[in-house]
Amino acid sequence: MIFINVDEKKISCEEGRTLLDVCLENGIYIPNLCHVKGMQTPPASCRMCMVAIDGEKKPAMACTTRVRENMTVMTDTPEIRHLQRTALRLLLSVHDIDCKNCSANKHCELQNLSRFLKVGLKAAPYATLLKETAIDRTHPCLDYYPNRCLLCGKCIHVCRQKNGQSVFTFARRGFKTVISTFGFDNPDVFCGECLACVEICPVGALVVRKDAVNSNQKEEDT
Amino acid sequence: MDQNDNIDETKMLRDIEGRLGVFGRERGSLIPILQMIQEKYQYLPKGALEIVGRHLEIPSAEVFGVATFYNQFRFHPPGRHPIKVCLGTACHVRGGDIILENFERKLEIKEGETTPDQEFSIEKVACIGCCALAPVALVGETVHGGMAPSKVEGLVLRIEVEKEMRQRAGKKEQDG
Repeated sequence: MIFINVDEKKISCEEGRTLLDVCLENGIYIPNLCHVKGMQTPPASCRMCMVAIDGEKKPAMACTTRVRENMTVMTDTPEIRHLQRTALRLLLSVHDIDCKNCSANKHCELQNLSRFLKVGLKAAPYATLLKETAIDRTHPCLDYYPNRCLLCGKCIHVCRQKNGQSVFTFARRGFKTVISTFGFDNPDVFCGECLACVEICPVGALVVRKDAVNSNQKEEDT
Repeated sequence: MDQNDNIDETKMLRDIEGRLGVFGRERGSLIPILQMIQEKYQYLPKGALEIVGRHLEIPSAEVFGVATFYNQFRFHPPGRHPIKVCLGTACHVRGGDIILENFERKLEIKEGETTPDQEFSIEKVACIGCCALAPVALVGETVHGGMAPSKVEGLVLRIEVEKEMRQRAGKKEQDG
């Protein structure tokens, strides 16, 4: 057991765990989007979980930082909040902000974060940049909305954890990056029953198709 | 025509499968395998990605993810007249993207695709090496410097007319 100091609160924790896990467990909220509890190699891709650590010049990502004895951490400095707001606005600039027609409305992580960080749900001051495809229907029972997706990679992570390998992957590059299922040729994964990806999606990017029958029946006609 | 394509593709996939034997099954073999397939067939057929996935025991989605990350891989066979539009710095400054857009509109395909009749394909490239002629487009092996949107139509038309003339000449020879 070691002790760390977060926002002037003394916390005891096991050595070697990630700062984000420890803080969240002790009721200190740090904004995060791409983190799944207990992740061994977090992608650190959402850039939301920044914190200021005493003695370090640069802000650190809480999800990749391991706790150390007597570490002093601030999660709520003006600089940190400023960086988090910028990160959120950049995410909103590539997001189709159409909450009324989105299945995740009212339980959306972007909405929660915008409330928490007091950032309006709009792309400004950045220009909105959306992908051409609005809905990808290549998966037999899931609809994928590229313009809602944050590319956090949680769906890939849970699918791999639950099924050994993931039916999802990142495809393409840069602004064109999407989550893709390509051929969906894995007979060991029964998407119709699992739906762990839909559950973990922080926004409404993965949705069960309304007319979807059992995924394995449908596979024959694709 | 469709049936012929299918037979060709089956043959091609069988050939690819045969060539995988020399590659190990570790993840590091993925890119060399993809490069080998593209070198042989100028593009990566969809079925080939599935075969590669099976060989390396990884989901084909992952193969697809890696292949789409790199610009060097293409997913459509190049046309008989591959059009390469330069988007290097000099060409970019002089409106290379507008030239690209004009080709895309004229041929009704997107960059990276091939027309249904297999005549044309469009690709963007980084630098052809003759920046003084910017903006530049390569049609087949021919360099066209000082491209302008108005020249796109003429270029495509000329190739189509040439093709028609060849066909007519061939027909005449047959008839006569």
